[in-house]
This record gives sequence, C-alpha cells and structure tokens, in this order.
Amino acid sequence: MASFNLTVNGKKYTVDADPQMPLLWVLRDILNLTGTKYGCGIAQCGACTVHMNGMPVRSCSLPVSSVKQPVVTIEGLSEDNSHPVQKAWIEEQVPQCGYCQSGQIMAAVALLKRNPNPTDKDIDAAMQGHICRCGTYTRIRKAIHKASEIMKKDTAKSLG
Amino acid sequence: MQQPSAVSRRKFLQLSGMTGAALTIGFYFPALGKETEQFISKEMAEEMGIELTSWISIDKNGLVTILNHRSEMGQGSYQVVPQMIAEELEVNLDQVRIAFAPGHQSKFGSQITGGSSTVRGAYKRLLRTGATAREMLIEAAAKKWEVKKEECYAENGEVIHRPSGKKAGYGELVEEASKLTPPQNVILKSRRDYKIIGKPMPRQDTPLKTNGKAIFGLDKKIPGMLYAVVERNPRFHGKVKSFDDSAARKVKGVKDIFKVEMPVFAYTREGVAIVADTLWAAQQARKALKVEWDDSGFEHVDTELIFKRMHEDLKKPGLSQRTGGDFETAFEKADKKIEAIYETPYEAHAAMEPLNCIAHVTDDKCEIWGPIQAPDWIQSDVAGRLNMKPENVIVNMTFLGGGFGRKAFTDYTYEAVLISKQMKAPVQVVWSREDDMTQGPFRPGAVYSCKAGLSKDGRIVALQGKVAAQNMDHQWPGADKSSYNNSTTEGFPEPYFESIRHYSFADIPTESPIPVMWWRSVYSSTNGFAYESFIDECAVAAGKDPLDFRRGYLNERYNELINVLEEKSGWKNRKKNDGWGVAITYCFESIVGEVVKVSRNENGKIKIDKVWAVIDCGWYVNPDIIKAQVEGSIVMGLGAAITHETNFKDGKAVQTNFHNYPMPRISDIPEIEVYIMDNEEKAGGVGEPGLPPLAPALTNAIFDLTGKRIRKLPFKLDEI
Repeated sequence: MASFNLTVNGKKYTVDADPQMPLLWVLRDILNLTGTKYGCGIAQCGACTVHMNGMPVRSCSLPVSSVKQPVVTIEGLSEDNSHPVQKAWIEEQVPQCGYCQSGQIMAAVALLKRNPNPTDKDIDAAMQGHICRCGTYTRIRKAIHKASEIMKKDTAKSLG
Repeated sequence: MQQPSAVSRRKFLQLSGMTGAALTIGFYFPALGKETEQFISKEMAEEMGIELTSWISIDKNGLVTILNHRSEMGQGSYQVVPQMIAEELEVNLDQVRIAFAPGHQSKFGSQITGGSSTVRGAYKRLLRTGATAREMLIEAAAKKWEVKKEECYAENGEVIHRPSGKKAGYGELVEEASKLTPPQNVILKSRRDYKIIGKPMPRQDTPLKTNGKAIFGLDKKIPGMLYAVVERNPRFHGKVKSFDDSAARKVKGVKDIFKVEMPVFAYTREGVAIVADTLWAAQQARKALKVEWDDSGFEHVDTELIFKRMHEDLKKPGLSQRTGGDFETAFEKADKKIEAIYETPYEAHAAMEPLNCIAHVTDDKCEIWGPIQAPDWIQSDVAGRLNMKPENVIVNMTFLGGGFGRKAFTDYTYEAVLISKQMKAPVQVVWSREDDMTQGPFRPGAVYSCKAGLSKDGRIVALQGKVAAQNMDHQWPGADKSSYNNSTTEGFPEPYFESIRHYSFADIPTESPIPVMWWRSVYSSTNGFAYESFIDECAVAAGKDPLDFRRGYLNERYNELINVLEEKSGWKNRKKNDGWGVAITYCFESIVGEVVKVSRNENGKIKIDKVWAVIDCGWYVNPDIIKAQVEGSIVMGLGAAITHETNFKDGKAVQTNFHNYPMPRISDIPEIEVYIMDNEEKAGGVGEPGLPPLAPALTNAIFDLTGKRIRKLPFKLDEI
C-alpha cells in the first residue's frame, strides 16, 4: 500500500492503494465514481475511458502509481448534462443499455477537441476502440456530428 | 452507517399512519387477486405516496410514480411501460417518476424479461391498470363535487368537471380515490385519441446514461458489503478436488476462501470463492489460488467433435414437429431437386456488463440486488432452496448493462446467496470478462439440412428442414427427451407452410455436455439463416426474383411488408448481380424483412453499403425505441455472422475476451434505415425479431454479387 495524490474532476484526493491497482478500481471503489465502467480489463472495449490531461486513456490498464496528471471522468463533464456531447447524445437518443456510453462519450469529447469537424471516417477511426454490444453505432456517428454543430453554435454565440 | 431497512408495505403504512403521514392502504389491481404483502425499500415507500394500483402511486403534490415491473437492459421497458400507463392515466411523462418494481409475481404477473414480451405480453393489462386508476380519480372528484362522474374527465394530471370547468389535481384526489373499489370494467382509449402512445417520446433513462448516474448492478454498493470472485471449474460440470489457498490468504484484505457451487440446469458447477474487503484484493488473491479439478464425469469435447456429431445426427429421423402432405413422394417426383447444409456457431452473450450479483442473507430473510432479467423466478428459486417464504426473499432490479438472455437465469444469483450466507454479510460477486465469456451457458451451435423439390414452373412443391442442435429444454432435471418439445422451432419458415403442400420438419437433439441457453432471438437467430438462405437458393434455382418469389408463398400481411421493403430499398431499380439480398423472418409475433446491399471496395474486398429493415410488430408504443432495437439487432446479427464465435477445446471455451472474440466496431457498421408498419394487428415483440434476417440477407447479397453461396457462419467478409 502507498499513498497517492490524484486530481479528479478538479478535486484533489489522497488515496491509499496498492501501486498496481488500476485507476478504474480507484475511481469506482475508493472514490465512488461509478460512471466509469469495467468491460474487459485489457484495454479492448473502451468502457473505462477517462481523460488524463485531456487525452482519452483506458483506466482499466493504468496503474494508479502512473497517474500524475489531472483526470476527468464522465461525472466531471458537466454538472447538468449540458456538455455539447451529452446534449447531442440525448437528442439522438443514443444509449440503449447505456453501459458503454460513458466511455463512448469521453472518447467523443476528446475527438471533437482535436478535430471539431470530423468526417464519418474520422469518427470511425477515433471510435473503433469502443465496443457497444447493443449496437448504437449509427446513432453515435449522428450524435458526434450533432455535437460538432452544437459546439459551433455555442462558439458563435460566445463570440457574438 | 445505518443499514437500509426493508419494511412491508402494509407495516409501513401503519407506521406512517402513526406518525401522521398522509397515507392510506391502497388497493391492488383486482385482476391480480387478493392483497399480498409486498416488500419495498423504506426510502422508496416513503416517497411513493398512495398506491392506487400495483403499478401506480400518487403523492399529495400530484407526483405520479409508475413502476416498471420488467428489467431495463437497453430495450426500453423503463420508457415503454410508463408510456402505456401514463396514456390511460392521462398524465404527461414529465409528471411521472419511474421506479423498478421488486420481483413479485402475484402482484405484477410474469416479470421474466425475455421472449420480447414486455409489450406484447402485458399491454392490455397495463392499459387497463392506467385506465382503472384514472376512473377512480374521476369518481373521487365527482364525489367531492357531488356531481355525476359522467360529467367529469381527466387530462394532464387533473380531473375536470365539464359543465362548470372546476378542476382538481390528482394529488388532491388520491386519498379519496384510494378508498374506492376499483371498477371492474373500464373503457380503454381508442388509438386515434392517443397523445403519447405511438409517439417517439425521448427515453426517461437517457439522461442517466449520459452522465454516469444510472446505477447498474456492478455500481450498486450496500453498507458493509464485501466482494467476492470465484474460480469456477473451467469445464462446466466438474468438481473441486482440492485447493491450496495458503498464498491467497496472505493477500491483504482477504476475509475467507471456501468451496462454493451453483446450480446450472440439472447439474452443479463447483468453484472456489475468495471473499475480500475490496474487489482488487479478491482479484489478486485469485491469482495466488491453486485449485485441482475433478473432471472425471465430464466429456472433454472439441468443437469439431460436436459438429461432426450434429452432421451425423442429421441422418436420423429426429423428433417430428410439423408435417403436411407427403414430402418424400413429392420430392422424388419433383422436376428439380435442391439440397443444402448450413452451419451456425456457438456464441457467448458478452453483454458489456459482466455478470454480478449482491446477496445479503440473514436468519430469516434474503435480499438481492443486481442486473436481473428474471426477478420473480429468482425470488421463487431462492425461497425454495433456502426454505424461506417467497415474501422474505426481496429481489431488487438495477439497470442492466445488456442481458440478451444470459441474465434471465438463476445460477449467478444463487451462488451469491450461498457466499453471503457463509459470510453472514452482504457480498457482491463479480465475474471477470473472462468468467463471463468462458463459463456459458452459450447459444447452441446448429447444423441444418434443407431439401426442396421444384415444379417445372419453378414452384416449391416439397420442402424439408432438419435441425441438429442441442435442445435447451433437455438440460432440465428429468426432461422428457422422447418427444418434440417446441423449443427449437422459433423462426422456422412457418409462414411458407400454408402455400406448400408437402413439407416435413424435424428437430434432432444432439447430445453434448456444453451448457446452452437462450441468446437474443434464441433458435430463430440460427433458424432464420438456414431457411432464408435456402428460400433464396430455391428462388435462384427457379430463375425468379428473390423478393417476388417470396411474395408467391406469403400471406397478405407479409406482402404489405414486402411492398414497403421493395419501395424503401429501391429493390426494383437494382441491377442483377449488383449485390442485393433479402430475408424475411417471423418470431415473437413480429415480422421483419431486411435488404442488404454489398459491393466491392477499391481493394476488391466486400463491403456492406446499406441495410434497410421493415418491422411489422402490430400495435406499438414508441417508434424510436423500435427503430433502435432493430438497429441494434442488425449489429448483433452482423457480429454473429462475420466477427465472432465460441469454440471448445478439451472441454473448455477457447475465446476468453474481446481480443479473441472480436465484436463489430463502428467502422464495420453500414448505414441502417428502419421502417415500421402501421396496422391493426395485435402487439408483437420488438427486442429480438430484427436479428434473424440480417445474416441470410447479407449472404444472399454476397451470392448476388459474387455467385458464392455462404452456408457456414461466421465467415470473414474480406476473405471472399
């Protein structure tokens, strides 16, 4: 056991954990942030995706001892489902069972940050590490385009 | 921390009566018989207000709570059950709070969420329950105002007296209404008066699933809860011979390690449970555990052996399930004879949320939380095994991270019960992805033999189908294996039988020790592939257009669907051998037709350009959820056709995780268009019927483009 300082969703935490314990279980079982999901444990499905320093990472395969930068989880995206990607997900009614969607949304947010106008091909390339067993893929594509539009409108508003 | 307590509804009502809370004893819906004791959590009871029927409670502020008695695994019961009740109750969905009902068969009827049955199995009852509550509220208002109830109507959570314009909110009326005797006969609204049924109302659970707030089984935490993982015998039926836990017990946080078992159909699967104060500690200790298995009573089968056995079984007559005319004679005399063999693989369910379950067993009570498709079955199963009264077994549903049939079983819940009983504490048992993928039960693989005789003018005069596969129902203790049991025939080409004079269909149960069970659309998921491929082969042999060919055999309801499918997909304008395929299947009382268009990409590889689907599920509730279910079924059907299968070697499953059981990815998915038929038919299923036609429509399209007939699933798209 060792002590680790983490910043998650802007809050500072000190946690006592086995250095090898993946960030996923620290988030879920120590910090009680259960929005991030366990799907495979081997970085194959993307359900555990969170942001570290703004980049999408697989928290199931990231030992807590290697986490040195701020982490954002699905709970930290907005207070009230107001992030453009969350709005688009609701508008397009993407989720079915919803289990993989935290990871899907975090990946989509990261994609739009580096590419605000993704094509279908860009979306497929960025999102193909994420499995949805319910098969919501066509709606995910639509929702990412929709989020891109919402972000543009928001930017126009803040500039105007 | 205080333990959450459960109180009986009646007891709670008495208690709260004493403390002055404004509650009275509600009436249960009369069709369900006498009042029964129901256990619900105290927090829930405190908030629900007054119960008007089993499904509906209203508090004094007019907030309506509608219970969803079915599990929500993505298919939309959380939206659709309240949408039906709210329509007849005359409330808007934004005035409604939705809660999961606990397992309670005498109150809610069957709650097993399978067979695409949530709407088709209960819609009339749910509409009546809403209408009954509405009529009670109207009667209460009429009494209060001393007017005739015929002069009053309900709208938008209020009762209105038409002549005077007087209004009263449901919150003001509920106490009085709850004292009335529920009317026996209520008049249901006519379809043209629906305000929310038939409309694509956004799902109430969507916002919970975009911010991480939805609580799935794995997210549920109970104060004082321990975690357990189980090393189960990898060969399904085997026993634990011995185990060495000396190293495992040294892992910090480990509380206990002991042998445990779970019932799977007629046998018991043994394993070793490791209980710890964190999941991580239990997982680490599991790596240090050494178990010696006794597999002597179990045949160590390989996939090749099972399929060889199924091919051999096809030579047997099998159990006859449907015959008409004289197939053998008609086939002999036919001008043209066509024969084909099809093969489909075993599959894992692989829901994104692996199996898990929390149980808390005390001296006289057992409470369970988890992703559960069968709360009422689990209640009676656990009560029976623990020798408890059913009402002392409380089964709470959470959201399910997918189910697809696997979570409609009792094995994983009873294992958790035994571990909690031993620990005298609440315990969550967590399956790893590897446990979930390798332990089964699996969708059974199948081999089909199809024969048809065509007349000179290209009409099918004789049709024979045989399926060799494990029969799920033969796994139960004492199962009768001597006669046809109805389990393997879903999705057989029944609709064609009416117009083919000589036919014969048989089920040949193949013996294999692999545990098998229902997997989204069950036997239809493979039957559809064989029969709709074979009908296509017949159409080609007859030199006919495959869509037109089907028209000649199917009734008017199918033909209407075919017309829409033809128009929407642009089938008529297609060029021959341009990569078009069609399949139409019927299961769970719904018809789905799908057209797939394929082409070759610049590298000469096959790519799927588009899928069009038309579903006829009769009376329906939410068109957007139906479209989503068909889209999802198409993706899942595609996975079973081209990306994954489960194989066995030396009696163990080979595929362990998503690296060797690859799922369809977003980049594999074509554009999908879904249409819904509008008609006066009764409600059919929605969650499953979209799956079976995908594989045959795809392989029929590949045949159209390449002339290559694919008769074995899965196949690799880029190897054609």
